[in-house]
Amino acid sequence: MSVLHTVNKSPFERNALESCLRLAKAGSSILLFEDGVIAAMQNTKFSERIAQAMHDFSFYVMGPDVKARGLGEDKLINGIQVVDYNGFVDLATEHDAVQSWL
Amino acid sequence: MKFGIVINEGPYTHQSSDSALQFVKAAIEKGHDIFRVFFYHDGVNNGTRLGVPPQDDRNLTKEWSELAEKHGLDLVVCVAAAQRRGILDEDEMGRHGKNAHNLAPGFRISGLGQLIEAGIQTDRLVTFGD
Repeated sequence: MSVLHTVNKSPFERNALESCLRLAKAGSSILLFEDGVIAAMQNTKFSERIAQAMHDFSFYVMGPDVKARGLGEDKLINGIQVVDYNGFVDLATEHDAVQSWL
Repeated sequence: MKFGIVINEGPYTHQSSDSALQFVKAAIEKGHDIFRVFFYHDGVNNGTRLGVPPQDDRNLTKEWSELAEKHGLDLVVCVAAAQRRGILDEDEMGRHGKNAHNLAPGFRISGLGQLIEAGIQTDRLVTFGD
């Protein structure tokens, strides 16, 4: 069963992403949105962790939330795919379930 | 595809109501069916019609009400969470001896069974919260 995991908090604020990475099954997808987009940025304490996790998971980031925070898409970790709300809906339909890490 | 939506966070707290609204709009635009939006915990605060945000800010409750009217959405507010937070419809006002009710148009108050039913009846249940 393929699962879309959503994380909406910065890894600097909560451990939701860490829990998700620890417990999600390899092959799952992870969508970073709202403050969760912070985790998608290059050169943070968490960037290396995310880059490593990309061997096991497909990462997506909500473009409008990146833009709303003044964070350029050119500063995203390579390989993270940018989506909008249409893309979020598509991801939800393409996976068998959506798990929100709140 | 049939979607159920859960919102666990009040409006203007972080971004959950905004994100859910954008998700629902995109899903409708794509021809999907929104079976129900269930407002739980602080999410019930989305259902008060007495909020008066500044004119240059978004009015989330109004946006939900208008979307519900336009697309026949079923906006359900959890009764127990609503009672605690002072969200009442006319029935609840009478039952609890209050002198006012504040549930916004398009919303209805019901129980947790509605959430369970949404989980069973829909293809995907998507939760937004804090």
